[in-house]
Amino acid sequence: MKLSMPVFAAFVIGLCATLLLVLHAIDNDYLYFGGYLLFQYVALAVAWNILGGYAGYINFGSAAFMATGSYTTVVLVKLFALPLPFLILAGGATAGLLGLFTAAMTLRFKGIFFAIATLALAVVLQTIVVNWDFVGGSRGVYLVRPPAPAFLDSFAQYLFALILGVTALAVILARFIERSTFGMGLAAIRENELAAETCGVPTLRLKIAATVVSGALMGMAGAPLPYYLTYMEPNSAFALTHTVNSVAMPLIGGTSSWTGPVIGALLLGLAQQTATVTISSGLNLLVVGGLLMLFVLAAPEGLIGLLHLAKRRGAT
Amino acid sequence: MELSYDILSNALVTGCLLGGVYAALTLGLTVSFGLLDIVNIAHPAFVVAGAYIAYGLNASFGLDPILAGLIASPAIFVCGIAIYQLYHAGLERRGGSSIRGLAFFFSLLMLIEVGLLLTFGVDFRSVQTSYIDAVPSFGNVTLPLRLLVPFLVSIAMVGATQALLYGTTFGRAVRAVAQDQIALRLMALDPVRIKALAFGLSAILATLAGSLLIIVQPVEPSIVWLYIGIPFAICVLGGAGSVLGTFLAALIIGLSESFCTSLWGPSWSPALTFGILLLVIAFRPNGLFAR
Repeated sequence: MKLSMPVFAAFVIGLCATLLLVLHAIDNDYLYFGGYLLFQYVALAVAWNILGGYAGYINFGSAAFMATGSYTTVVLVKLFALPLPFLILAGGATAGLLGLFTAAMTLRFKGIFFAIATLALAVVLQTIVVNWDFVGGSRGVYLVRPPAPAFLDSFAQYLFALILGVTALAVILARFIERSTFGMGLAAIRENELAAETCGVPTLRLKIAATVVSGALMGMAGAPLPYYLTYMEPNSAFALTHTVNSVAMPLIGGTSSWTGPVIGALLLGLAQQTATVTISSGLNLLVVGGLLMLFVLAAPEGLIGLLHLAKRRGAT
Repeated sequence: MELSYDILSNALVTGCLLGGVYAALTLGLTVSFGLLDIVNIAHPAFVVAGAYIAYGLNASFGLDPILAGLIASPAIFVCGIAIYQLYHAGLERRGGSSIRGLAFFFSLLMLIEVGLLLTFGVDFRSVQTSYIDAVPSFGNVTLPLRLLVPFLVSIAMVGATQALLYGTTFGRAVRAVAQDQIALRLMALDPVRIKALAFGLSAILATLAGSLLIIVQPVEPSIVWLYIGIPFAICVLGGAGSVLGTFLAALIIGLSESFCTSLWGPSWSPALTFGILLLVIAFRPNGLFAR
């Protein structure tokens, strides 16, 4: 595909608008609720991939970044009742700051230290939230939904439209980064950091920028969650499924471009929605873990890689 | 809260005992991550699996948890070797990037956790032994045996690992793998075989540590996430690959956690450990004792 940036952006936005119109015609609140979770994971996976896939730096703290967005919402709602779009921007800003902090502390060293530090980050933040009475501590906090804007059917539709917007932003941004010198620098870091450094790629600055963008997008994806659940407590904000899915979806889909995480998230997300309804959620995680291990061992390029392989075989 | 001499001396003793237990929790990682350069973030899952093995043998046959750990160790050794062979065949041999190694062990961590969850449920499990409830005191200092016994076993584990790594040909080969694999090949030794055996050893150390953990406190599957930070913090702090460094770093972490608990209460202690880990990574990534 050689679409120029504005054309691609218009295409993505058009696709989202069509989806909204179709769901509006069907008019079923369950579709909005299920769709919200699905697109939350698409946004999360695409955001994770900006650092994990493009630069090869694994982040095990997706839940921490998402929860930063969620709790920014909780704090701002308790202080001043801001409208949701502002809350999403604020959640992105705080999670971006968290990314800046983590990256500046750890990214001077080998990638493995960054990965361990992000694991630690989730535990530190969760402990802070558990001990922070203003946001409800471990008991959690209830949020009353404000009325939806007049031109929309329901609050569920409003939430769905917003998460769709965040997803569209993540996809457009990811594709833009992929094709810019920024993205090429990240790819150079992934392939050989020392060589990239020698060729004059400002590796540290690029890594920090990628962490900030990726973290901010995760925060934005997490910001509407308190309104979606109407109840926020540390265990659901820092849920293991967020971390696991954000790592597994890009790696299963394929990490080299934005299409991988989108396909991985859509397939795995749909499968999980069905599995959670039909079988237990514990088994659900077992399946995701098993799939992740299978793909890491047998199909390192993910589903996209398998597709390319099949195409090449078909051509010859 | 008033800071009395009693509280401080008790915090000191508890901190040392806790540090000893943490040393045992880290030893396996010192071998796998420190020496073999394998990013085994599934280490805490091995530990918790070991705790459940001890629980199972204790609940059905009344075995002492430490004895149970020793009995299970040949099987664990084989499992460890099998996991390494899978990792080697799928990733290491093909020169797979470290990101995929991390993802491999991450999925292993999750598979073990969810497997335990589906088998044993979310309830906390504990073991029954004759000494677990005994709390002898000397003057104003109490010495709970549920900490003292694991502490002593941990010292034995540290001593045995040190002796194995520095006193035997196998140990010298393991340390050589850490330094130069090609040179090892020139000496007609197979680095893959040595790494497999050493990874098996690290799995045994992890499961034994699990037996100790379940003596110290009840265990449930999701604590694997809590016990990622402590071993990695200690391993990095002690200088990756050094057994004695691991022990000293474990004492530091144990003492700081114990004083934190006496001063501010236990709900802050996870943040303290991970906070130390973040600071260590940011400022001393080669360890506290690095020259």
